[in-house]
Amino acid sequence: MVSGLINENPIVYEIKERRDVRAYSSNTDELSVDAIDQLEVKLNICSAHHIRDIKDPEHPYSLEQLKVLTEDSVEVDDTKSRVRVTFTPTVEHCSMATIIGLCVRVKLMRSLPSRYKIDIRVAPGTHATEAAVTKQLNDKERVAAALENPNLVEMVDECLSPSFE
Amino acid sequence: MAALNNLTEHLEAFVDVTRSPTHHAESLKAIATSLEKSVLSINQLVVEMDMYLTTTDDVVRARGILLLAEMLDYLKSKPLDNAVVNSLVGFFTAKLAEWRSVRGALSGCLALIKRKGVAGLVTATDAEAVAKSMAQSVQVQSLALYDRKLCFELLECLLEQYPEAMINLGDLMVYATCEAIDGEKDPPCLMVAFHVVELLARLFPSPSGPVASEASDLFEFISCYFPLHYTHTKGDEASIPREDLSRGLSLAISSTPFFEPYAIPLLLEKLSSSLPVAKVDSLKCLKDCAVNYGVNRMKKHYEGIWSAIKDALYASTGTDLSFGLESLTSPGFEMNEIHREAVNLLQRLVKQDISFLGLVADDIRVKMIFDTISRYSRYEEMLDTSKLEVLVVSQILSVSARASVESCNTIFETFFVRLMNTLGIVESTSTGDLVHNENSTVSTRLYHGGLHLCIELLTASKDLIPSSEEDSSTPGCAQQSWCSIVNKFSASLIEAFTSAVQSSNDDCTADAYLGVKGLLAMGMFRGGSSPVSRSEYEKILTTLTSIIAANSAKTVKWELALKALVCMGSFIDQYHESEKAMSYMGIVVENLVSLVRSSHCSLPHPMILEATSEVCSTSPTYVEKMVQGFEEAFCSSFSDFCVNGNFKSIENCSQLLECVTNKLLPRVTEIDGLEKSLVSFAISMWNQIESSVVFSYAFNGREFVEAAMKTMRQIVGVASVNSQNSIIQKAYNVISLSTLPAMESIPLTFAALEGLQHDLSTRDELILSLFASVIIGASPMASIPDVKSLIKLFMVSSLKGYIPAAQALGSMVNKLGVGSGGTNTSSDCSLEEACDIIFHESFESGNTNSSDVTSKTICGSETLLAKICLGFYGSLDLQTRAITGLAWIGKGLLMRGDKRVNEIALVLVECLKSTNSSGNALHPTAMKHAADAFLTLMSDSEACLNRKLHAVIRPLYKQRFFSITVPILESLIVNSQTPLSRTMLHVALAHVISNVPVTVILDNTKKLLPVILEGLSVLSVDSVHKEILFSLLLVLSGTLTDIKGRQSVSDNAHRIIECLVKLASYSHLMVVRETAIQCLATLLELPHRRIYPFRREVLQAVTKALDDPKRRVREEAIKCRQAWTSISSRSTPF
Repeated sequence: MVSGLINENPIVYEIKERRDVRAYSSNTDELSVDAIDQLEVKLNICSAHHIRDIKDPEHPYSLEQLKVLTEDSVEVDDTKSRVRVTFTPTVEHCSMATIIGLCVRVKLMRSLPSRYKIDIRVAPGTHATEAAVTKQLNDKERVAAALENPNLVEMVDECLSPSFE
Repeated sequence: MAALNNLTEHLEAFVDVTRSPTHHAESLKAIATSLEKSVLSINQLVVEMDMYLTTTDDVVRARGILLLAEMLDYLKSKPLDNAVVNSLVGFFTAKLAEWRSVRGALSGCLALIKRKGVAGLVTATDAEAVAKSMAQSVQVQSLALYDRKLCFELLECLLEQYPEAMINLGDLMVYATCEAIDGEKDPPCLMVAFHVVELLARLFPSPSGPVASEASDLFEFISCYFPLHYTHTKGDEASIPREDLSRGLSLAISSTPFFEPYAIPLLLEKLSSSLPVAKVDSLKCLKDCAVNYGVNRMKKHYEGIWSAIKDALYASTGTDLSFGLESLTSPGFEMNEIHREAVNLLQRLVKQDISFLGLVADDIRVKMIFDTISRYSRYEEMLDTSKLEVLVVSQILSVSARASVESCNTIFETFFVRLMNTLGIVESTSTGDLVHNENSTVSTRLYHGGLHLCIELLTASKDLIPSSEEDSSTPGCAQQSWCSIVNKFSASLIEAFTSAVQSSNDDCTADAYLGVKGLLAMGMFRGGSSPVSRSEYEKILTTLTSIIAANSAKTVKWELALKALVCMGSFIDQYHESEKAMSYMGIVVENLVSLVRSSHCSLPHPMILEATSEVCSTSPTYVEKMVQGFEEAFCSSFSDFCVNGNFKSIENCSQLLECVTNKLLPRVTEIDGLEKSLVSFAISMWNQIESSVVFSYAFNGREFVEAAMKTMRQIVGVASVNSQNSIIQKAYNVISLSTLPAMESIPLTFAALEGLQHDLSTRDELILSLFASVIIGASPMASIPDVKSLIKLFMVSSLKGYIPAAQALGSMVNKLGVGSGGTNTSSDCSLEEACDIIFHESFESGNTNSSDVTSKTICGSETLLAKICLGFYGSLDLQTRAITGLAWIGKGLLMRGDKRVNEIALVLVECLKSTNSSGNALHPTAMKHAADAFLTLMSDSEACLNRKLHAVIRPLYKQRFFSITVPILESLIVNSQTPLSRTMLHVALAHVISNVPVTVILDNTKKLLPVILEGLSVLSVDSVHKEILFSLLLVLSGTLTDIKGRQSVSDNAHRIIECLVKLASYSHLMVVRETAIQCLATLLELPHRRIYPFRREVLQAVTKALDDPKRRVREEAIKCRQAWTSISSRSTPF
């Protein structure tokens, strides 16, 4: 596939301290509802998983460390069952963008209730073919077709395999 | 001859290299045993082995020689003939030249050289020959790892055991060592090699000796390892840790002063490296060198070393000075290893040579510090560089001062007066003389940097006192100049620190911190010759105490002051400072205790209690004082409540009791005499209750009663039997004067019990509860007066719904008659009689129901209690109370292993049936109580019948009860007629199952699993049972993960999954859903063919759980879903 790394020297950012204070304070109250929120969705996508190249792990960093995804780039509306994820490829010509997008989509499909409508898009102005990628990622047919391809599925699975940090 | 025959066999076995190592070891062992038992002599062995030792087959010969060497190693402590040893050494020495058998030869030489203190030693001449042969004919570096190690060990051993012979050899040994080490890379060998260098250096100390002349070569060979770095860290566990090897290398480098010209420059160079390990190693090694090379040789390197130390300190110090509570007794900033080693080196150098201090004192950065200090008044305002400057310089000065008395004097003379000047404590007059400014306290400028430096110096100097006072030959520290300087300024210093504390406000903790730390430093000088006088010391205490008493909220200042007082208290206790102890007692302890006693005080009561208990636990004398104070405080508050109805006082009482329970009782084993004071506390509690006859006001809450019960129970629990007896006696007297004995006279009949409508008065209730607590806490050895009427009293009151009374009954039947080894003199009532009273007290009055024929047939328990339980007589309330009471009594009997518990279990089970044998329907509430009774029986209780409260506990009692009840309950479940009864039976069973050790469950998984599953589905119907449902689910999850239960889990997989899928959406308890989903994930460990058919069901359930209202459940669901998707086909990725 790709020879050499696409982005040889990515900038790695320090992860913002997580506001876990609110996390499980409502344990004792059986009736309260923890609505699905930004942080949860972001953690679902990022924390336990690394995006890897198929053959060699391009960078052993999580999407969060590379600022591909931040908490603010996730918009959740629990009542309307909508989620929109905007991700920022590390470089403009990143050919991994579609793969990353696909992984994010599959991950969300697996971890969110089926009532959700998922929108994935590339952040405006960060990618050479941003409109095309965004369109591709939100096309049901094309996503379904992509997931028929055993090679692609295998790759996505590998990307999403839990990393035991 | 048999031995000899065997010998040949063993010899053959060992020599044959095709056999396994275990085989070899066995034959070695066999020969060694016969040698040790003297069945075979070493001579015989050699003769017998002749062929193996001389054959031309190299392999066999090598094995033969090795065998002989191994034998000698076994016989290390067996006396041998000198001639034999001599000839053997000669043999092995000769064989050293032959590379094929070098391992055997080396082991043989080593075994013989190692001989020590037994007959048959190697002579010095022989040893010399060995060394020579070794030096000339063994090429160490061409050998294998193990052989190289043998070589080094042989060298080591020769140098250690035959130093004279080795000195004769001179140069040869040094050459041999150099050659052997050159190129060595294995840690185990290097470890020995470094020691060899050390030994050589010790052997040839003369400047004209071989080591001196070869120093540069020898150093070159060892210095190339510095700093040590392991390239292969993994998979080498057996090897030597880096620290040990690095220590060995450091010792080798510092072993002889002849290395000095090469070593110090090298170390200084490595110190400038950026590798932390290199820095740490260099600093450690420099310290060793400073010790061994001597002052004269080190002197020329001082400047280099000083600047290196400075650099290391500046680079390794952070700028964050913590003003937190925990740093009051520590430096206040983080220290890494480099910092620690640099400090150690500096201290070593100053201690060794006072002239090093000149460098420190003349250093420009050190001199600059006073400007830096006076530029900023607040620490937060300082630039980072200035902070660093202050921290490092104060560290340097305090470490130097700590090194020795002389250095301390110099530092104080040079710096302290200047520092005082900067702080405004002394002022320079126009003539240039320094004048002690007595009235400067108000104008004292608070420079945080200066205060910090000052505190560091004071703390450093105080550490010097012990070392100078233990040695009576040196003059006491009072004559030392540092001490007189401190003495001169002490009053002003204390003023300065005090004003720092007092001027501090809440948003600036630095002032408070520095002030308190300063006072603490001034208060920690030891002994009579301390520079701080007694009146000044008392002033410090007064200041700190007043901070504690004055604050009305828990501020940082308050906590700091308390911690400082605790530190000073434990310091006094540690060093037995009697004079200071008196001041401490008079000022701190008395004040705080009187605060506890006085009811009008700005400080909230819990804070006073905390402060008092913390401060007073530093020494037993204070504890005694405190408990007395507590006693008085309790009595006055309690009577205040009784007379005036002051609810605040009763609240104070509860807090006080809580403080006793939580702070004092856990420490009863640590503090001598605490037990005694607590017992007297308990007795005065009783006295107070006795004397307050009238309670004009009722309690508005059970808080106080509960606190009192807990305290009483625990005090009795920790007290000795004699003290227990006195408390029991006292309590009994109180109870017999109250109106309670009237209850004893109530006959245990149905009519009489029904008549007990009125409740107890508040006072009686308190007395009853406390008395029950005493009985619960008493040990089996304690004597309880008038047991029979007490049992009656407890029976009646437990039937009136006082749970403590029921617990006391349980405790009594548990402990009766087991004290003092069966011969029961203390009690006037045996267990039999007690049980008679409880169970078989028959109807005295001719009650109409007593002739009821059917009631005689109930499971052998035609007792009143059983009948009440079954609801024959009386109201529902009475019935439920009887059941609860029965449960506690049953628990007491169960724990001591008494058979009667079976009967009780039967009664309880009877209560669970929808219709009992007489055809009466049971009320649901009664059934529920009966089911909960099983929880009481099986679970561990905090309140009574545990090890702390001296319960008699037979091992495996839970298992026994489990095996009795489970079959009965199981069969009843199968035959149960109504859903309610079925549910209740399941609740009871779940209580039993979830409280028994999990191993018992695992042994019976096959039988229990279906019942557990059924229980889970029955209990999940009603939300009332959510807790017990969860416990049962935990039991199930335990069986899923264990290998023992694997088979039956696998057999029942379909039912388990069905059940768990249902529980995954259990709406009443989040943890149930979470655990159920976790269990589903665990099930993936089962064989694939067992679980594959259920993947659709599971995935569906888990997908639903993705929309769970609780986040934790969702997270588990995501994990579980991921795991289950991976076993289903690839074509359905989501």
